[in-house]
Order: sequence, then C-alpha cells, then structure tokens
Amino acid sequence: MEGLTLSDAEQKYYSDLFSYCDIESTKKVAANGRVLELFRAAQLPSDVVLQIMELCGATRLGYFGRSQFYIALKLVAVAQSGFPLRVESINTVKDLPLPRFVASKNEQESRHAASYSSDSENQGSYSGVIPPPPGRGQVKKGSVSHDTVQSRTSTDQQEPASPVVSPQQSPPTSPHTWRKHNRHPSGGNGERPLAGPGPFWSPFGDAQSGSAAGDAMWSGHSPPPPQENWVSFADTPPTSTLLTMHPASVQDQTTVRTVASATTANEIRRQSSSYDDPWKITDEQRQYYVNQFKTIQPDLNGFIPGSAAKEFFTKSKLPILELSHIWELSDFDKDGALTLDEFCAAFHLVVARKNGYDLPEKLPESLMPKLIDLEDSADVGDQTGEVGYSGSPAEAPPSKSPSMPSLNQTWPEMNQSSEQWETFSERSSSSQTLTQFDSNIAPADPDTAIVHPVPIRMTPSKIHMQEMELKRTGSDHTNPTSPLLVKTSDLSEENKINSSVKFASGNTVADGYSSSDSFTSDPEQIGNNVTRQRSHSGTSPDNTAPPPPPPRPQPSHSRSSSLDMNRTFTVTTDLYIHTGQQQAGVVAHPPAVPPRPQPSQAPGPTVHRPVDADGMITHTSTSPQQIPEQPNFADFSQFEVFAASNVNEEQDDEAEKHPEVLPVEKASDPASSLRVAKTDSKIEEKTAASAPANVGKGTTPLAPPPKPVRRRLKSEDELRPEVDEHTQKTGVLAGVLASQPSIPRSVGKDKKAIQASIRRNKETNTVLARLNSELQQQLKDVLEERISLEVQLEQLRPFSHL
Amino acid sequence: MAVCVAVIAKENYPLYIRSVPTENELKFHYMVHTSLDVVDEKISAMGKALVDQRELYLGLLYPTEDYKVYGYVTNSKVKFVMVVDSSNTALRDNEIRSMFRKLHNSYTDVMCNPFYNPGDRIQSRAFDSMVTSMMIQVC
Repeated sequence: MEGLTLSDAEQKYYSDLFSYCDIESTKKVAANGRVLELFRAAQLPSDVVLQIMELCGATRLGYFGRSQFYIALKLVAVAQSGFPLRVESINTVKDLPLPRFVASKNEQESRHAASYSSDSENQGSYSGVIPPPPGRGQVKKGSVSHDTVQSRTSTDQQEPASPVVSPQQSPPTSPHTWRKHNRHPSGGNGERPLAGPGPFWSPFGDAQSGSAAGDAMWSGHSPPPPQENWVSFADTPPTSTLLTMHPASVQDQTTVRTVASATTANEIRRQSSSYDDPWKITDEQRQYYVNQFKTIQPDLNGFIPGSAAKEFFTKSKLPILELSHIWELSDFDKDGALTLDEFCAAFHLVVARKNGYDLPEKLPESLMPKLIDLEDSADVGDQTGEVGYSGSPAEAPPSKSPSMPSLNQTWPEMNQSSEQWETFSERSSSSQTLTQFDSNIAPADPDTAIVHPVPIRMTPSKIHMQEMELKRTGSDHTNPTSPLLVKTSDLSEENKINSSVKFASGNTVADGYSSSDSFTSDPEQIGNNVTRQRSHSGTSPDNTAPPPPPPRPQPSHSRSSSLDMNRTFTVTTDLYIHTGQQQAGVVAHPPAVPPRPQPSQAPGPTVHRPVDADGMITHTSTSPQQIPEQPNFADFSQFEVFAASNVNEEQDDEAEKHPEVLPVEKASDPASSLRVAKTDSKIEEKTAASAPANVGKGTTPLAPPPKPVRRRLKSEDELRPEVDEHTQKTGVLAGVLASQPSIPRSVGKDKKAIQASIRRNKETNTVLARLNSELQQQLKDVLEERISLEVQLEQLRPFSHL
Repeated sequence: MAVCVAVIAKENYPLYIRSVPTENELKFHYMVHTSLDVVDEKISAMGKALVDQRELYLGLLYPTEDYKVYGYVTNSKVKFVMVVDSSNTALRDNEIRSMFRKLHNSYTDVMCNPFYNPGDRIQSRAFDSMVTSMMIQVC
C-alpha cells in the first residue's frame, strides 16, 4: 500500500470513521456490516465498492486495518468525485472532497457512517413497515440502525441511494447499541421515520429472507409500533429489536418473528431507552427472555441445565462454535447451568448475533449478571442493564455488585491436600460457605466406639472412687478439659513431669475410657492415662512431654488430690511406699498400666486429680516431693480401685505416680498414673500396696465401679508385659473394659473423653498431614533435581545408549 | 512463559496444541509427542497407588538442551504438556504449577460448555486467550 497522505480534515474524518467502524476496538475492522454499510452509504455502485476494497487490500488481508480503511475511504472519495479508481489516485488526486456517506452522513458529515444497515435480516422486516421506500428495497432503517455491522452482502443489493426509510419501527433487534451509536451521531436521522436520506437502509431491506414476511408482519404491526417507535426514535436511539429466534415465539406486541425464518428480522421494534450501551436489554426484550426462560424452567430462580440450554439455543441455528462462545460469555459462574440472568444474556447475545452483530470477546457490562449475594442461591444477579430491566420481574433484586468480577473465573482455590480439585475450587459459584464439619464429633457410645474403654468393675472400691471422681468432677471437672488434661499429662510424663496428669487423664478416662483408647494408639503411653487419651490421637510426638497437669484444686480428698496428676510415674515407688497407701507399686512403671483415668470412674475425682496434680503434688500428704505422687494420691483413690482390683491399691496413688514413675511409658505413664490415681482414689481403702502395677496398667481407665477396676487389674496384669505396647494394652484394656458393663456415668464421661481424644487425634492428624505434604514436596523437588542431574550425567558420558 | 502448550486427550490425540510461532513449530509437536511416553511412564509408575494419591503435576518430564518439558495429567487422563525455554531460568516450579492449574481450570470451563463435545478440538476463545497469556510474547 503506498503511502497515503491525508489532509488534516481528512485525517480527522477518517479516524472518526474508523473508530466508528472499529466496533470492538481491535484496531482492525473486519469486513463487517458497518464498513459495508458505510460504503454503501457512499452511494457507490457495489462493484465500485468491491473494487475499492480490493485496492485497499482489505480483501487480501481479510479485514480493514487502519491504513486499509483510510485508503478505502480515500478511494471512496475518489470514486465519488468521479475519478477512476486507481491506487495511485489516492495521492494524486488532490483536493478531494471528503467521501460522502449518505444517510447518516448527510446530517453529519463528520459522523460515522450512516450505514446502520442492520443485517439483512433486519432489513426485511423493516422494509415492510416503512411506507416510502419499500420500493427501494427494504429500507430498513430501523433494522439497520441496530444492527451489527455484519456485512451482509445481501444488503448490498439495495441501492444505497434509496432514501433511507428508516423504518419507523424501531430498529430490529440487536443491541441498540449500534443503533445508538449511530443514531446519536446522526441525531437519529436514520430514525427519522422515513425521513431522511437513509438511503442505505434500503439495501438492507432485502437481504432478509424473511423480509417479505417481515414486511407483512411489519405492516401488520406497523400502526402501533411505528408510533411508538417514532417517538422513541426521535428521541432516542431505537431500541433494539428483539430477535426471536425461536419458532413460535412471536410476541404480540413485539414483532418478534420466529427465528425459523432464518433471516427473519428479529425485530422487535422497541424503543430503547437512550442508553448508549448497545448491549442493553430493553424491557420488552427482557420480558420475552423471561417468558422463554419460563418455558424451560418455570422457576425463575432456578437453573436451566446445560443440556436444555443447548437444545434451546441450537434452535437458533447459529453455528455451534458461536453458540459455544456465547455460552462461555454468558455462563458467568461457570457452573454449567444458566440462571435467569445468564439466560437472558445468552439469549440477547444470540439475538445480536442473529442480527449480525459480532460477538464480543467478553461479556459486556450490561449483560453481566449481577451478583446476588443473598437473594438467590448465590447466583449471579441481574444484569447490569438495569435500565432496561427495571420492570423485569425476574430481575434479581438489586443487590448486586456491579459485575461480578470476583465471580468470573475466580473460583477460590480450595485447599485440599489433593491437588486434583484445588484448582476447581477457585470457582466460587455459590456464596454458600462450605459446610463446616464439626471437629468435635460426638464420641460414639463409649461402650462401642472406644476400643479401650475398660469397663470398670464396680467393686466397692471402685464405686467409691467413682464417687470421688464425681465429686471431683463436680468441681473442676470438665470433660472436655480432661482430655486436655490428659494430654498435658502425657506431655508432662514425657517430660518426666510428674504432674498429676493422671488426674486429668483420669478424668478423661472416667469420662470415656479414653485412656484405654489412648493407650492402644500410643504404645508409649500405656502407663499414662493421659497419654492414653493422647495416644489415641496418635500424637506420640506430643506425648513426649505431657505437660504437667494443671495443679489440682483442692483435692477433694487427701488421697485423690495427692494422687492427682502424677502422671509421670517418675515418682518412684518410694513414695508409694512411703505413703501408706501409695505404696502402689509405683515401681512397676512399665508394666503398670498408667492409671488411666477411667472414664467410668468418677470423672470428678479424677478430674480433680489432674487439676490438682501439680498442686496435689505439692500437697500430697505423704511426700511433697513426690509431687507426682501426691497428686497421684488423689488419683490413687482411683488407683485404689484399680489397685484393689489390680492389687495395686496403693498404686492408685502410686499409680499416678507410677505413671510418672514409669518413665518408660512416658506417655502412658501419666495416663496410667491418672488412672492409677483414680483407682487409687477408689481404692484408697484398699491401699493395696501392690506395686503400681496398676499404674503401669493404668491404661484401663479406672472405672468408677470397682468392677472395671478389677478388670483393669487384669488387664494391667496382662498388659504388664506389654508395657510398651500401648496399643495392645489399650486394646486389651479396651476389650476388657468393653466387656464390662458400662456404667452410665462413666459412659457419659467416656463420651466426652472420647470426643476429646478424637479432637486431639484430629489435630495431630492435620499436623502430620501437613508435614507429610511438605515432605512429599521436598521429595519431589529432590527427585526432580536428581533427574536433571542424571540427564546431565548422561550427556557428559559418551553416548552409550543414546 | 511457555513456548508450546498442548492438551492431549486420554487416547493420546491432541485436543489443543499451540506454539509460539517460530520457524519450525513441528519440532514442538514432536517434542510433545515424545513426551507422551514419559507421561505414561510416570503414570504407570504410580502403579498400585490409588489414582487419588497420584499427584496431578508430573513435573519435569525431560529436559533437552534448549527446552524443558513439563507434564500434568488430570484424573481423567487428559494430559497437559508444556514446553518451556531452558534459558528461562527464572521460571520456578511453582510457577509452572500455577500455569498448569490455570490450564486445568480453563479446560474444565471448556468441558462445562454444553456445546463442547468431548473429544473435539478445543476452540474456545477463552481458552485461547488464557493460553496466550501464558505463552511467550514473541512478537
């Protein structure tokens, strides 16, 4: 293309025209309707137009770039001036007047082309109505105005010269936008019913296949619509007519023609409000869309599934690719279904497309569904085209956030360990929040769920202990806390803290025999009631140092208080020995199942124990140092029960201590100690100075009832050898416990304890899972490095196997 | 930034392949094709592990002197392959992952379109634009 020199006026004019034609601001104008209309408006013979196009290179390129466009315009001017069309004439012809484009141009030369020729489709319809020019072919101003610039060659047929018969009717379909754009500049001249020059309209008239029909229809409808159209036209840009694409969708008011007639003008003449937005949907259109929506989905707040929508829109006979694109644009939340707003947007786009408008690359603002925060089921709200839609019932209440940019492709990423869905989660279609699962799952019936719940044999001592527990629980008991306490106790144990964790655990145990559970899970913590609890959660790492159970408040009873918390069986048996009762075979740490805070056991007392543990420790009746032990005493009562059954009555106290004493079973110790404590408390009387075997065994929660204790004893005995096998112990204990009749009281506590332990377990799980994922990530990275290194190595190595 | 992006269907035929316009785009196609073997090998290596445990991002499939090829496979055995310029050292693994994630998201958008027949070539403009954003801007 040779250089083109333009004068200033020309430059300005051409650039205006180019912007006008450059609908999508892509800086290149496809051979679309606007350009063609423009050329037609130039009132040049079509062959001349074609020639011009060829000369400027548009045909070669397939579109009008800016330079091509300018050249074309220049050539138009040349042609209009009567000069032969030659490439060189571009620059040689001097003083060319600006190219004239009729119709719209007339009024405003500077304005963009008048060729609003809408689609040929539209034309047909319009022509009928417009009285004057029919001869010309159908001058459809209306249609033209609205329509997309799609170049419909068919429109070329019309002589541009024919006076523009701007259809009085509102321009057919398609987004008013175009029309508006065009109209405005031209002051709606096009619209001027038949007034004016609009020669171009005529060309468009014909193309429509449905033109005839359109005419008929138009004429039929002409009386009322034109008037309104006129009015509107005069005032405002004609509204886009709705293109009814679907058969039998003719509306009375609006001259909607079924799409069946391929080119049928979709004209629903309608006056659009004077929005400049070409994509606004008018009220009538909206109403129509809503009606169509209802035919598919009666519930206006519901969805149209993708398949139904597909069928529906396929009827419009648009190519699948375009329908696919329309879907992409209109399904805002990407959920595969259309809400009312999305449907209207899609429909509108189909209409527009039918009318020849090009599909935008992204959804126009006015078509964007608004987010309805709460009105809908989190669906996109109405389109922003409120203006158009004020009346629409379907319109979602205005909440809306202007355009859901957030929705669009911003699905929040779900954080899931599995990468599979993490991407998808980015979409947040629904405002509904993800259900939150309660982490605190109610523990199953202690009898059934927890493996360990050691049924506490209701021996007299146990009963006593339970009572004590209960008492204790009363004061500070908190099942929920018990697990914590237990946990802490576990930790403390691990840390060799002789906190009377046991008590805590005892409590928990009492609550739900969690201790037994914990034991099973945590091999280490057999001895510790507390740990037991924790062991369930498998937080063995955590169990390393069960925090010393919180100092127990006043021990309800001397023994129990002292027993409390000595989770850590570190307290040696000495204590026990010293303390009469507490002779509990603390020694036998390992074996002695840490006095598991028996759920059945009065949680109270045990609870106290743990709480008191530290305190208790101090104030053990016997030896203050035996801090762990002291608390154990409190628990010892439980232990007593335990002991009684396990012959570790003393161990109760000691048991608690045992847990401490049993460093081996660190984790278990506290638990066991607690348990022991519990038992001790119960068994206080018994003071079975037996070694804290019980303690060791403390796994079994000291059930309030003596029976369980007995069992515990047994279990402890059994477990003794398995000191380290917490799991086994717990398992056994659990079995034992389970076998025992559960005591209602303990059941309740068990539940809580179980819940607590479950919670803890969950926490540990998450931590571990996180750890795991991180490690895996590292592993992957390392593997990748390895691969690259290997590759390098191979490259360096002389080609051996390449 | 990728030099070439390809989406391969389960049956190992391409649903979408796009490269930076260079003089010899065929070589990218060939690289993608050969990478399929590596992808299959990686998937099968998981072997008995459940599909769920298998990670979607396969990582570096194999490097050549000029390019590196990364792979990603979905649970429906749709594979995404990306060829990256080796000289682009700034490109980190995380970025590659995020690119694949975007690809996956766009791919599901395409799938959700009722007008898309699975198995067809992907002609979605949105997908195209997303891929364009990921490709090296040569021109």
